[in-house]
Amino acid sequence: MSAGSGNRNTNTEPWGSFDDNLVQGGGAAVIDMENMDDTSGSSFEDMGEMHQRMKEEEEVSEEAAAADDDSPEDGEFLGMKGIKGQLGRQVADEVWRAGKRQASKAFNLYANIDILRPYFDVEPIQVRSRLIESMIPVRMINFPQKIAGELYGPLMLVFTLVAILLHGMKTSGTVIREGTLMGTAIGTCFGYWLGVSSFIYFLAYLVNAQITMLQMLSLLGYGLFGHCVVLFVTYNIHFHFLFYVLWLLVGGLSTLRMVAALLSRTVGKTPRLLLCGTLSLLHMLFLLYLHFSYHKIIEGLLDTLEGPNLSPIQRVARDVPELTLNATARSLGVTLMSH
Amino acid sequence: MAEEASRPFAGLSDVSIPEDIPVEGDISVPVGASRRDDEYSTLDEPVKETILRDLRAVGKKFIHVLYPKRSSALLRDWDLWGPLLLCVTLALLLQGGAADSDDQGGPQFAEVFVIIWFGSIVITLNSKLLGGTISFFQSLCVLGYCIMPLTVAMAVCRIVLIGGSGTVSFAVRLVVVTASFGWSTFASTAFLADSQPPNRKALVVYPVFLFYFVIGWMILTFSPSQ
Repeated sequence: MSAGSGNRNTNTEPWGSFDDNLVQGGGAAVIDMENMDDTSGSSFEDMGEMHQRMKEEEEVSEEAAAADDDSPEDGEFLGMKGIKGQLGRQVADEVWRAGKRQASKAFNLYANIDILRPYFDVEPIQVRSRLIESMIPVRMINFPQKIAGELYGPLMLVFTLVAILLHGMKTSGTVIREGTLMGTAIGTCFGYWLGVSSFIYFLAYLVNAQITMLQMLSLLGYGLFGHCVVLFVTYNIHFHFLFYVLWLLVGGLSTLRMVAALLSRTVGKTPRLLLCGTLSLLHMLFLLYLHFSYHKIIEGLLDTLEGPNLSPIQRVARDVPELTLNATARSLGVTLMSH
Repeated sequence: MAEEASRPFAGLSDVSIPEDIPVEGDISVPVGASRRDDEYSTLDEPVKETILRDLRAVGKKFIHVLYPKRSSALLRDWDLWGPLLLCVTLALLLQGGAADSDDQGGPQFAEVFVIIWFGSIVITLNSKLLGGTISFFQSLCVLGYCIMPLTVAMAVCRIVLIGGSGTVSFAVRLVVVTASFGWSTFASTAFLADSQPPNRKALVVYPVFLFYFVIGWMILTFSPSQ
């Protein structure tokens, strides 16, 4: 109690408002400190928040000031246009800041996944119907056809194609120097999908076709379904005739479907010809390439195995009688001459 | 003494505290918290015990895969030791294929390794994108542990291949690999399917199926060098 009173006596000046609480004794003094820490901590937090808020306000006011700075001369010289310009600039600023916020968010992995999630928002039935639709060309080119912007199906088809290609490479005994089969298969499939999509999108942009990159990726990705079917069949059943029939039928159907979708979104003859010609050429040739580059090798190997073995024998068989005949003739001649 | 105690507060004299808040309390040092840490301390236990405990945990999870009932033990305390062990075993068993001698065709160690880990990561990202409620490493753990039937099949194949590589041996291998492929797919689906939205299970299962199919196919087509 005496300590408390001492406190009270000595602290009157700096701790004026605490006098009543300090009466309780020494223990209370320590608690005071704890409480003090609490309050000071919260006050620091407040300070931090306030600092941030002030900064933001400063930024806003700076921008406003900048806008104000601009506005008088704009207003003086351009009148109505000045106000429009100011509005435009403000909107641009707003957009830029929103974009910046979005970009900083995108660095976060989970934010990234959230950004991609809408493109994977499908039901199994939808995927199945889209797979079937990818084989059915629609003859409606006056009105833009609907193209689903979705990436699950295309991505899975590309991975399936990678697996099929890997199978084809293994069975054909493809030799790849400086790299693995796996890397080559992935590179080929993703390279085709992304590369051709970007290229066709670029062409579409040039000829002013109504298609987005996402739609292009989805269209071409589902177009690979035909390739998957054809390659899966022909890597296991080795008939050339079968391959050509499937190439024309299945590959052709999936190409036609893409061409029809592109036609309906392009205006004018030359652009249509350019865009669809390029796409169908690339798509059909890619199937040919995939088939023959990883399938022909087995035949090539057979040829090289059989070819050298057969031809020397034939040559020897053809040559030996001549030689012997010549030799016998010569020996006969020699004997005749000598006699 | 009272003066000394009060001096540190001198600088804060201008901080005002409203009078209606009672400034009081009691002192209690939290003692219990530090004692709890001591129980989990593994610093002074023998190394053998640590390794054995981890191995036992891995072994328990193997049993979970072999008998896949819908339990969350594999998901709750995930680890990547088991997958690493299985992956390395499988890659080592696949090493030394027929075509390996002339540096082509046969699955290389690195290739198997990359297929397993890259495939698992792709499946995991896919399930995340489809709206799964499973964490990244949990999914990796499940997919890695579910390779076990295929690793066993690989070991069986090697033993069968010692006997010879005729039609009978191929038939035996085909049956073994198909069974273990089905087993792997079934087990991983049992663990992963619960974390997915019910209407999208097929979409999640397809890449898993493809992944184990590729591994199973690699095992089936393996033939040792003569």
